[in-house]
Amino acid sequence: MSALLEVTDLVKSFSGVPALRDGRFRLEPGSVHALCGGNGAGKSTFLKIVMGIQPRDGGMIRRRGQEVSFASPAEALQNGIAIVEQELSPVPAMSVAENIYLGREPVGRFGRIDFATLNRQTQNLLDGFGFAIRATDLMMDLTVAQTQLVEIAKALSYDAEVIILDEPTSALGEAEAEHLFAAIATLKARGKGVIYVSHRLSEIFSIADSYTVFRDGRFVQTGAMADVTKDQLIQLIVGRPLTEEFIKENTPGTEIVLEVRGLSAARGVRDVSFTARRGEILGLYGLMGAGRTEIFDRLFGLSDVTGGEIFVEGAPVALRSPAEAIAAGIAYVTEDRKGSGLVLSGSVRDNLCLATLGALSRAGVMNGTAEGGAAARMIEALKIKTAGDALGVAQLSGGNQQKVVLGKWFLTAPRILLLDEPTRGVDVGAKREIYRVMSDFARGGGTVLMVSSETDEMLGMADRVIVLKNGRLAGELGRDALSAEGLLHLAA
Amino acid sequence: MELKAKTPAGGSLSGGQIVQRYGIVIALLLACLTLTLISDNFLTTRNVLNVLRQTSINGVLAIGMTFVILTRGIDLSVGSVVALSGVVAASFATTSSAGFIPGAPWPAGIAILIGLAVGMGCGAVSGVIVARYRVPAFVATLGMLSAARGLTLLYSGGRPIPALSETFRWIGTGSILGIPVPIFLLLGTFALAHFVLTQTRFGRHVYAVGGNPHAAKVSGLPVNRIRFLVYVISGALAGLAGMILAARTGSALPQAGIAYELDAIAAVVIGGTSLAGGVGRVSGTLIGALLIGVMNNGLDLMGVESYYQQVIKGFLIVAAVMLDQSKNKQD
Repeated sequence: MSALLEVTDLVKSFSGVPALRDGRFRLEPGSVHALCGGNGAGKSTFLKIVMGIQPRDGGMIRRRGQEVSFASPAEALQNGIAIVEQELSPVPAMSVAENIYLGREPVGRFGRIDFATLNRQTQNLLDGFGFAIRATDLMMDLTVAQTQLVEIAKALSYDAEVIILDEPTSALGEAEAEHLFAAIATLKARGKGVIYVSHRLSEIFSIADSYTVFRDGRFVQTGAMADVTKDQLIQLIVGRPLTEEFIKENTPGTEIVLEVRGLSAARGVRDVSFTARRGEILGLYGLMGAGRTEIFDRLFGLSDVTGGEIFVEGAPVALRSPAEAIAAGIAYVTEDRKGSGLVLSGSVRDNLCLATLGALSRAGVMNGTAEGGAAARMIEALKIKTAGDALGVAQLSGGNQQKVVLGKWFLTAPRILLLDEPTRGVDVGAKREIYRVMSDFARGGGTVLMVSSETDEMLGMADRVIVLKNGRLAGELGRDALSAEGLLHLAA
Repeated sequence: MELKAKTPAGGSLSGGQIVQRYGIVIALLLACLTLTLISDNFLTTRNVLNVLRQTSINGVLAIGMTFVILTRGIDLSVGSVVALSGVVAASFATTSSAGFIPGAPWPAGIAILIGLAVGMGCGAVSGVIVARYRVPAFVATLGMLSAARGLTLLYSGGRPIPALSETFRWIGTGSILGIPVPIFLLLGTFALAHFVLTQTRFGRHVYAVGGNPHAAKVSGLPVNRIRFLVYVISGALAGLAGMILAARTGSALPQAGIAYELDAIAAVVIGGTSLAGGVGRVSGTLIGALLIGVMNNGLDLMGVESYYQQVIKGFLIVAAVMLDQSKNKQD
């Protein structure tokens, strides 16, 4: 039987710099094939060529044995290849049905859109894959997770045979991810092929049948998931042996640095109390919408002041604005790096200095030497890979961008670090370096509060985890008692 | 994400990249060169000073507009504010016996400060509406465009305020070492704005708020105050422009400054500042304003009808943005 998609010797350079030197891939019907690699491995370039977004310099793509070349994503779609991209692009003011069938709406008399058929068709599609979404809901009323499922439904609505999922779970919690995995299983059972791109290895091991690894634009290896261990796969991706996935060298002290009593926050967070100690990494666990981010937003002065008391090192603080939170020694690495972490039009230096402009200026005039020095210190301390501090931050990889955000906050000399999904969209190598930074900060007497949807990360890094459910505290687990089952049990 | 296509460090720029990076400077030089070749009157001291003086008003407005556009805003009201601050300042500086303000003419310095204050006041109102009440800048300043024009007509009774005092007129007609005062005002404004945007904390704030307001807020910047202040700056500079205009004509006209906002926005856009915010330079704006000035002057010298000038300016604006777009695409 011929493969759904077979790619050989794919080559692509940008202005003489090779991005892909030997792209190889073979997708069988009824299988989930993981495409693995760090940032810069050539995965995106590979996918862009397959989808007809970019032309190739050389190589061959065969679809069911027949050589093809797509000039646009529309052509790829016509040939049964659909992609769900990491960055979602819904039309917010339109309904789910209108979004899914955008440009292909069933038309009645006088060119009027046949909404009844449109909505019925959409609802059947959604129900068929067990997505609990109404066809008539507006996109803007959906959560990120639901938006993601709609994008997937859209790809499925084209009746595609090859479905590419690029980091589909990066915005999903575990429960939503389970829905997605169930949908993928259905696709598999119907003989379709899924190309699955994710930095989350645990997912790959639970749903993929086979893997292909790219590194530095080259094909490295392909094989069945059953024949490879997680450590071996990491080694293939990173290109060197990795001793430990997590780095944790901190020991929690006894002194309470942050105390929260009876806190209320947006989206139904009520009566949450907890403490965090010097040198401790405290995990906040919960499903999507459990109120984790809302608590962080409240602690950083980003949401309205509501009920409850907050104490930093014993002193009550109001935390009405980010400026007050920063003054109290709090720093916040938000979950949405591009949306609220970085000024993408700015340089690495601009971004590093953004929260400390006051300290780096005198009478309102910036001190260029001090700025350069501060940026250089952080680039060195966090091992940020950049061609210089004047480089646009948009040019850096996800991991290095995340380090820039961390560097911005370390310059404010914080005592409490709030980390919301600190390793989202970051490759395996850079993840480890971020764990190193977290561990060092806590070891040096800092306090870390971490929200993560990756259970492994919670188990690997947290000293203690508080679990939230529907905006309330559902339980607390010490490091000795931590287990994936225990967390899920409390959260669900 | 994985595109590594960058100019190698230390590598030379290709022809295309040079055109993109220095496009408007090249365009300005080409325009000057062409006009020098085809007209004997272009490259004379008198004409060059004339172009600069004519550019001064639009240049000052465009510099203020640059601050606003850098924060993703727009200020449509500057033309009306030019007229309002002009008539108010003139009412204090007039020597006519029409009796606008008791005791007029007041010292020119005081009249000028009053005119600047009127401009700042208008900007402050727009700024509060945009920053505090979250009304889109387009709408807020469209309202100010109408309101300020109405106030101008009410205040002046719809008639020009004539016969301004000699000292007041000096800022529009005087000269120092043979160079007209408006040129000094333009260059002074430019130098100050350039310093503020490149060297001060406030300048960094402006770029950050325009580049990503969420990130700016999370980083603890006073986003609302910054948004407010850029409109105050734009208003103050509109006030200054209004006074230069009144001083030059010798009387303040209530219908002065109509559609000036369009030339100011054009200069900013031609100068490479992005309407999406966060990217741009005031030096680009100055060159953009000069390019418009040189073009108008050149077409005048060549005897081209002014109607054509508008058409050509339209092409120029669009071409500048198209150049900018292709640059973004390449990045």
